[in-house]
Amino acid sequence: MKESKDASLAPVAYMERTRQYYRALGYPSDYRWAANDAAPFTSLAKPLAEARIAVVVTSPPMGDWSDDRPPPKTVWSGSVADAPEALFTLNLAWDKESTHTRDRETYLPLATLGALARSGVIGGLTERFHSVPTVYSHRETLEHDAPAILERVREDRADAALFVPL
Amino acid sequence: MSLTARHLEANGVPTVVLGSARDIVEHCRVPRFLFVDFPLGNPAGPPYDRVAQREIVEMAVRLLETAPGPETTRRAPHEWPGDPEWRLVYNRIDDKDPAALLAEGARRLNRMAKRPKRIL
Repeated sequence: MKESKDASLAPVAYMERTRQYYRALGYPSDYRWAANDAAPFTSLAKPLAEARIAVVVTSPPMGDWSDDRPPPKTVWSGSVADAPEALFTLNLAWDKESTHTRDRETYLPLATLGALARSGVIGGLTERFHSVPTVYSHRETLEHDAPAILERVREDRADAALFVPL
Repeated sequence: MSLTARHLEANGVPTVVLGSARDIVEHCRVPRFLFVDFPLGNPAGPPYDRVAQREIVEMAVRLLETAPGPETTRRAPHEWPGDPEWRLVYNRIDDKDPAALLAEGARRLNRMAKRPKRIL
C-alpha cells in the first residue's frame, strides 16, 4: 500500500498523460514539447527589494468568445493599475474538473504582488502585465512572440519577469 | 511560455516560472522554476486562500535573487486543499468510452481545420 500511495503523490506526468489522451482522440501524431540541453541565466542586477517585476501570463482577455469564435492567439498587454477582474481561460488546457479560475489571483497574482511590494519584498510592478499565447509552433513563439514580450518588458523597464503559465 | 522565459533570460532579463506542469517545464529547461503541485489552473495558489497565495508568489519571486544558477527548481510545500485524488483526473481516458473519445477528437480536428491561420 505504501508504494502505491507514494506513486500516487508523484508529480503528474503531463507529457505522457497528454500523449495517451490525444492518441485516444485519434490525433495522427504526438505533440513534440520544446526540449533543450541547457538553460540561460542572468543574475538579478539589483536587490529584489528594489526590482520592478513584469508579470507574464498565458490567457487571452475576456470577450464574447466561443468554440466557433475563439480568442485570437496573440501577444497582448494590460494595465496593472486598472487590471481586469478576470481573463478568458475556458479555451486553455487546465484541469476543469478539479478546480476553477474564478479567483484571478490564482493565475494573475497582481494584488498578491502589490502586497509584496508594499511590504518591501519586491520594488514594485511594471505598469503593464503581458500575455503570451500558447501555440503549437515553437518557431512562432521563438521568432515572433518571445521577441515581442522582450520588447515590451524592456519598454516597461522591468528588472525581472515572473511567468505564470495557466 | 518556457521558451519565452528563456528568450528574456538570454537577453538579460532574469525570469522565474511559477507553474504546475513540472515535467513540461523541466523538459524545456528554464532558469528558475517554482513548482506548485496543484491541478493545472491555479499556479499562484489555491482559490481565495490569500495566505497561501502570498507564500507561494513570494517563494517564486525570491528565486530571482537566490537561485544559484540555471535550472533551479524549488517546490512549494503547499498541498492541494481539494480532492486528494486530483492527480488522476486530468485527461483521464480509462473511465471513458473509446468511441466517444474518437468522436470528440474528430470534432476538435474539424474545428481547428476551419480556423483561419495565424497572421504574423
